[in-house]
Amino acid sequence: MFPIPIQKRPLINRVSYKLLVPVSLFIWLIPLLGIMLTSIRGLGDITAGNYWGMPSEFLLFTNIKEVFQNTPMLTYIINSFKITIPTVIGAVTISCMTGFALASYKFKANLFIFFTFIAGNFVPFQILMIPVRDLTFQMGLYDTVTGLVLFHVAFQTGFCTLFMRNFIKALPNELFEAARIDGTSEFNIFLKIVVPLTRPAIAALSVLIFTFIWNDFFWATVLIQGQHAMPITAGLKSLNGQWVTVYHLLSAGSIMAAVPPVIMFFLMQKHFIAGLTLGASKG
Amino acid sequence: MPNSNQFTYRRSSWWKRNQQRLTPWIFLFPGLLLFLVYVIWPIFNSLYISLLQWDGLSPAIYVGISNYIELLDDEYFYISLMNNLKWLIFFMLAVPIGLGLAIFLNQTIFGIRLIKSLFFFPFVISQVVIGIIFSWFYNPRGVIGPFLDKIGLSNYAILADENFATYGIIFAGIYPQIAYCMILYLTGLNNLNTDQIEAGRMDGAKGLSLFKNIILPQLKPATFLAIVVTVIGSLRSFDMVAIMTQGGPYGSSNVLAYYMFETALSEYGYRMGYGSAIAAVLFTIMMFYILFFIYRMYQSEKKGL
Repeated sequence: MFPIPIQKRPLINRVSYKLLVPVSLFIWLIPLLGIMLTSIRGLGDITAGNYWGMPSEFLLFTNIKEVFQNTPMLTYIINSFKITIPTVIGAVTISCMTGFALASYKFKANLFIFFTFIAGNFVPFQILMIPVRDLTFQMGLYDTVTGLVLFHVAFQTGFCTLFMRNFIKALPNELFEAARIDGTSEFNIFLKIVVPLTRPAIAALSVLIFTFIWNDFFWATVLIQGQHAMPITAGLKSLNGQWVTVYHLLSAGSIMAAVPPVIMFFLMQKHFIAGLTLGASKG
Repeated sequence: MPNSNQFTYRRSSWWKRNQQRLTPWIFLFPGLLLFLVYVIWPIFNSLYISLLQWDGLSPAIYVGISNYIELLDDEYFYISLMNNLKWLIFFMLAVPIGLGLAIFLNQTIFGIRLIKSLFFFPFVISQVVIGIIFSWFYNPRGVIGPFLDKIGLSNYAILADENFATYGIIFAGIYPQIAYCMILYLTGLNNLNTDQIEAGRMDGAKGLSLFKNIILPQLKPATFLAIVVTVIGSLRSFDMVAIMTQGGPYGSSNVLAYYMFETALSEYGYRMGYGSAIAAVLFTIMMFYILFFIYRMYQSEKKGL
């Protein structure tokens, strides 16, 4: 154990540690607490400059209602789901297949293809921007949810393949060999052995991709123009421009944008962290 | 009739003979196709577009490397490049800070799991939201206003200050990155080899020397990953800049990622060729890191085989 467990330290250290942890947590979260506090305030507090004192009114629900009434926030949120969920399903399905192919078959181009997926995943978005936008235009999918989803699925395939391939590679190979000797076809090996065994990886990947795509801003700006298809990140940005001074509404909107990934994180914490830290504990 | 029977028999045996060889390609097909169309081909296409003068509508004119020559004289390009460098340098602080936080939190007291996940919170939230939070934080008529008044900096707006706007954005950007590094190190600390640490302690290693000689080497995989994601994060600074300053004031907080977008797609004009040239520079910088990462992975793959 490193550092030495606090329980083995003198009393004074234990007490001060237990005090220090919540204090530092509070300091760490000040920016987030600030926005939560602001989202329950009324316009009165904002114009009076009361940012840190007790809110004079509790208006969280009024603010949320006002956001929904005066802005297309509801459409933005629905769009975000319409973009995120198909992307998760598409990218995870495709990468189960590519991951399986790269993990359990030996062929010449194997490592080359694998490294191509990894390299592509790290490329700066800007080098893809103009051709992808053109391509989407030509397919008649510019400013549509479908166009954005197609690109997201393609791009996330890089990271997902890396993830799935390493996971399947770590499964005992004897399992596949035994099935092959029994005469199981390759497709059935995939469906009946690999897919059930990779369930934890599928879960981890799904939460991660959900968060990545929900939080995407760049591609939403490049491939979407109108409110009908705009996700909440891009929607917030356009509201940010309009509402320079109505911070309480902007705060309420920001919280709405943050809630789904936060819930996802808390429900699937173990998987989420397992996915993010893949490779952090072994060489 | 017998002929067709023979045919199916032969076909199935052909499939049987080649199943092992063909299956991987069948499984790779959809993923590989999408990836080639949407990621690999666009890279080369962008490099080609960088040799054109093109507004996206009228016919493109081939101009050779003149876009790159123009870049050499572009003041805003240098400002953006320098800002990218600042991002890179200051973002690296996320690694040691994350390590420090991880060590601080690697204890088992009541509620520590919840505390760890609350520390991790900023990473889960969209950068757009983080950007909004911080721009409202920095607003002199906003949250830190009262504090600024106290230290005699009334009405000071860091995001409107040419000299410091970039640092204001970097500070906001590093906040979620610290959380990411912290979680990487927490996992690393969790998987430390206890025997080695105990042996080290027996030999009298304590505090800093224990940390330097025994802990840090074991955390190498976590450190490697933390550096990789931090470098990539620092070069993907688009979201924060777009939300907080849009490159201003006077382009002083611009970065290559945003400058490229601005030249190619915003009201400043649709200069696709010039934008692609900027993207190509950014791509080249990133390529060093990608190749380094691939090389590392290739080494460990060879060991694994």
